[in-house]
Amino acid sequence: MRLAITGLDVRFGDRQVVGIGELSVGAAEIVGLAGESGSGKSMTTLAVLGLAHTVGARVSGSIRLDGTELTSLSQREMRDVRGRRIAAIFQSPSMAFSPVFRVGSVVHSALRLHGMTKAEAADAASRAMRQVLLSPGLLDRYPSHLSGGQLQRVAIAIALALRAEVLLADEPTSALDVTVQAEVLELLRELREQEGMSVLFISHDLAVVAELCDRVAIMQGGRIVEQGPAGVVLSAPKDPYTADLLAAVPRIEPSS
Amino acid sequence: MSQSTSGGSPARPQAEGRTPQHPGADDQPPALPVGARPARPSEAPAREADRGVTPPLLDIDGLVVRFGPVRAVDGVSLQLAPGPCGLGLVGESGSGKTTIGRAALRLVTTVGGTIRFEGKDIRGLRGRALKDYRRAAQIVFQDPDNSLDPRMRAGASIAEALTAHRMVARGQARERAGALLAEVGLDPAFAARYPHQLSGGQRQRVAIARALSVQPRLLVLDEPTSALDVRAQAAILRLIGALRAQRGLAYLLITHNFGIVSELCEQTAVLYLGRVAESGPTGALLARPAHPYTRALRSAVPEVHVAARRTRVILPGEPPDATRPPPGCVFHPRCALAVDRCRSEVPMLRPVGPGRVAACHRAEEVLADVSGLAAVDAHRERGEDHHDAQSP
Repeated sequence: MRLAITGLDVRFGDRQVVGIGELSVGAAEIVGLAGESGSGKSMTTLAVLGLAHTVGARVSGSIRLDGTELTSLSQREMRDVRGRRIAAIFQSPSMAFSPVFRVGSVVHSALRLHGMTKAEAADAASRAMRQVLLSPGLLDRYPSHLSGGQLQRVAIAIALALRAEVLLADEPTSALDVTVQAEVLELLRELREQEGMSVLFISHDLAVVAELCDRVAIMQGGRIVEQGPAGVVLSAPKDPYTADLLAAVPRIEPSS
Repeated sequence: MSQSTSGGSPARPQAEGRTPQHPGADDQPPALPVGARPARPSEAPAREADRGVTPPLLDIDGLVVRFGPVRAVDGVSLQLAPGPCGLGLVGESGSGKTTIGRAALRLVTTVGGTIRFEGKDIRGLRGRALKDYRRAAQIVFQDPDNSLDPRMRAGASIAEALTAHRMVARGQARERAGALLAEVGLDPAFAARYPHQLSGGQRQRVAIARALSVQPRLLVLDEPTSALDVRAQAAILRLIGALRAQRGLAYLLITHNFGIVSELCEQTAVLYLGRVAESGPTGALLARPAHPYTRALRSAVPEVHVAARRTRVILPGEPPDATRPPPGCVFHPRCALAVDRCRSEVPMLRPVGPGRVAACHRAEEVLADVSGLAAVDAHRERGEDHHDAQSP
């Protein structure tokens, strides 16, 4: 397993917000972590990124990345893992780009931070931009000149350029238009096929999860209530909460 | 389905509401750009009008709204029948859907076209008449955090609307607010809570109660559930459906989600770059889009069940710069069906089926799906069955 989470416990003081027995993502696998606001899915992301302490949470348990135990790494060591080995994209791509810097300068500094020379970074950035079907020329623009979908692609391009092993995608399409969402999902599928990238895809939208993910874990109140192959869990849910979530997805049917 | 509507029956009874162009609509030709012909439904159901179908509650004709160099709404015509009735405005960011909703409430300045409410152009309203209209037409916003005052208790927010419009005597406002909270499915005791003490779904219920408090005849629901979790969204949609039945509500429902219009709107208009790409009865439009943009939008909707998935039509590129819309059909740069004619000649909205209009030179081919673009799959077959079932 690329990413293996066991006995993860995240709490604020005495209050447990995440209690995960087991959750893993294999090589070239896309695993969905689905649930509503407050279910603990985003806290799980922060814990995996080694950032839970920044919001005042305490983490115990095991998070292994290709065998490396992340929870025992120092902050300095974790900083090297974060971004390079585990990349993350979030709901609002514009938050990831400072409005006063050109897109390329953000990309380059991310790549150089992880040890690339100036020339390597420039080269890797252009290559990654083409891989996400964007013109490298967009690197010279400011974030406000790019659409949300384009910025999300650039964020994915950074992960690609650094050859991240795992991509944490926290609601990466929730703020996008439906056609743009379809493009980003398509891109994630391609990266899995071509680059063998592993993705932990966090979403409240079971329809998106159903279309993208190989396996899915349903979270409620910090716990995983059900997990398994996406096709099985979402067509024959065992847990009533999963069934509830599924029933709530608006369906396209001729209105009666 | 036959594309010729002559002698055909209207697809569904609900379609009648927006078919008649009531008298007088023609004597003010709006300053329309080429090709922005009013969205007049097909001719066949016009005969229904002769039998005395009620005129539309809201009749938008040739609406143009400009923001600087951008024509945010560029010659849009829509009609909404008196309630209970829902018209869905579907489109992506920049399609103009929200601006149309705002214009219908006179919240933005229009530069062309007419907006008639119960036969009267609202653009000229002043003083008392304007205040009456502000009561008759209400809006529910996407984010209740922005529409509810964080320093006001829920009950006081509702009571404020009631007293501002003198709906009740001052002493009765509190009691009435409690009754409204009950109507939207909240414990009247919630009147004492501040917005931050409520969940997103509960706040949206308060916003709906406040809008309903003044007995509006028209509601604009602007993405009312997109900020909510999926179960809260489903609950709010059920509430809207129930209120619509109980109160006979008529609403414009602005959304990017076809699933929502499918549940709540008889009619749907699909907007692209400030224009109507196509409109018609929701069921027929979703089962068999007549415009390539509708088809792309429809195919992009994720589906939980494998059997319901469609062959995805990925749109190349980004929507064009609205300050410099492309010549010809505004959709042509992203359309796989575009031919020379599409690059030069603006497609007029024209009848393409019972109660349906589309602005596409190749609408018949899209309907017949001869392009092979949207490969036929099991669901589409099923969709067509549904569609046929609606035509008596």
